[in-house]
Amino acid sequence: MSGLDGGARASSRAPSASSVEQQSAPARLRVYRHKPGAAAAPRFEIYEVPASAGATVLDALLWIRRHRDPGLMVRHSCLHASCGTCGMRIAGREALACVTSLAELGPGEVTVEPLANLPLVGDLVVDMEPSYARLRAIGRPLVRESELRPEGRPAEGIPGPTRFEDCIECGLCLSACPIVATDPRYLGPAGLAAAWRSVEEPRGGAVGRVLALADDEQGVWRCHTAWECTEACPSNVDPAGSIMRLRRAIVLAPRPKQ
Amino acid sequence: MIAAASLRRSPPHVVIIGGGGTGGALAHDLALRGLRVTVLERGEVTSGTTGRHHGLLHSGARYAVGDPESAVECIEENRILRRIAPGSFEENDGLFVAVTDDDADFGPTFLAACEAAGIPTRRLERSAVLRLEPNLNPELRFAVQVPDATMDAMRLPLRFFATALANGAVVRPFTEVVELVCRGRTVTGVVAVEHATGRRVEIGADIVVNATGPWAERIARLAGVDVPLQPSPGVLVALRGRFTNMVVNRLHASGDGDIVVPQRALSVVGTSSWLVDDPDDLGVPSDHVERMRVEGARLVPAVARAPLRAAWSAARPLIGERGATTGRELSRTFRCFDHAAEGVEGFVTISGGKATTQRAMAEVTADLVCRKLGLDAPCRTREQVLLPHEAYYGLLRRATVPAGRLAG
Repeated sequence: MSGLDGGARASSRAPSASSVEQQSAPARLRVYRHKPGAAAAPRFEIYEVPASAGATVLDALLWIRRHRDPGLMVRHSCLHASCGTCGMRIAGREALACVTSLAELGPGEVTVEPLANLPLVGDLVVDMEPSYARLRAIGRPLVRESELRPEGRPAEGIPGPTRFEDCIECGLCLSACPIVATDPRYLGPAGLAAAWRSVEEPRGGAVGRVLALADDEQGVWRCHTAWECTEACPSNVDPAGSIMRLRRAIVLAPRPKQ
Repeated sequence: MIAAASLRRSPPHVVIIGGGGTGGALAHDLALRGLRVTVLERGEVTSGTTGRHHGLLHSGARYAVGDPESAVECIEENRILRRIAPGSFEENDGLFVAVTDDDADFGPTFLAACEAAGIPTRRLERSAVLRLEPNLNPELRFAVQVPDATMDAMRLPLRFFATALANGAVVRPFTEVVELVCRGRTVTGVVAVEHATGRRVEIGADIVVNATGPWAERIARLAGVDVPLQPSPGVLVALRGRFTNMVVNRLHASGDGDIVVPQRALSVVGTSSWLVDDPDDLGVPSDHVERMRVEGARLVPAVARAPLRAAWSAARPLIGERGATTGRELSRTFRCFDHAAEGVEGFVTISGGKATTQRAMAEVTADLVCRKLGLDAPCRTREQVLLPHEAYYGLLRRATVPAGRLAG
């Protein structure tokens, strides 16, 4: 019985073409490897990945896991920039590996590292709990009103068109933020962007409570406006702009009597 | 039969291999019934087929004509999931759009099949359809509104996992099962590699459930049994831009590129269908990507030119004997296999099915597990409202992992 070897019963029915425009040269990935639970020190491993392995950095990492080291730890789920699990630092910038094209990174070695400012679980995997703890504190709903408002009403039986929030909770903004890097108490860009969405569209939530959370030395006033979060965001959430809008809302909000 | 109350003293332990939608829903179901549960997943949870689908919460209408069993399962689960996972869906309904004469001729068959399956429908004439969704093909004949919705393929399962954790289940991502432990012809546990430490651990179980979707055949072979499974990938394409609020399907017998699912600021067009033997090696055929655009544009013309965000493949786990040609002829329903039928005790496989039916798959499997263990503990997942997905990582961190015996 062949166990975990899937068996290369290459099927003649399977399509042969790959979506990758055929690059001839293999990609060279320099991948951060470290298991906090094991004795070995952190290191970088170099892997050569054939161009036929796929188009994206995630394709290449999964090829490495399959053909070179089944112990390579990497998070992924949707493969289309919607779940936010495959965030990492690629060539020094925060990015989602599933939509980062190897061809666009150009020739030469590509360094792949885990996100910064979150606890390492192993290799390219970080613990997302510090990010989710901030989102839970804000309590923003996942579903928002749709901005698509065709003339006329929504379909009969539908109260009003809805859609998911843009934020995919990927943590890229937390990794890119220079303030999060120095102070884990900071509410951070994803949390403050969620706070702005809760103020902009309250959906029955308590706006005053959210504004009070944001109006704190570890809230909107901690941001040094580096705009790295907005630069890193793969989903056009604009956390830095949200922080600026929250500041304005806080300044203009009626003050409770002391 | 053992009463549920006595389970609290020494509940049996069920090990679930596979942290997809089925594994999460099954962990939740068994934890509610009072069993001890451990989920083992080789990567992050939902990293197999679960995370990669369109994000369609099926009304069942896509299967009403050709696969009525799946259609009935879908509409029933559609209603249950909206109740137990409020706030997890873009609840905008869906349209089946007749574009050609053939589509229009198919209309009465489709409407009758939906009615037979219990799927509510509303026929809308062209002007009414275009008022609701002005970005649809203006040459459409008519459309049928059904209770489709958009789901988040990862965050719905995270709610099952979070609730299971809160009820005492153990979830171990990045823990890959490499062997089944057998005593004679009875499976008594698993050997797994913890990728975060490199350690091999042995975990004992009263029953091992193989919930690995298209990988189920591979795991079943570890026990020397076979499951009639055919991994059938399809290509999906995510385009930048949201052109409709509702899910848009082509009104015809199923085919390639006949659905556009709006999700966040994207439109997901799917899908194609072929067959593979290895669910880890799918590829993304470029001609399939092109076909998604061409066919999708017959429903929503903007699909032809919208910028590409991603193209990927996902392997459906279809139940059926080998010999199928494209996978389209195989049912989307699920099956639970008690391998005692082949002489292997303590080992169950659940596969097939769809994200929409993940809870039902878990219920059927948990019923079988309880029967095998001689337990009388009813399913409670139809009513139990799930925790929000944001709870998952906090509960995961807090959960205590029982010390596995070092195996080597």
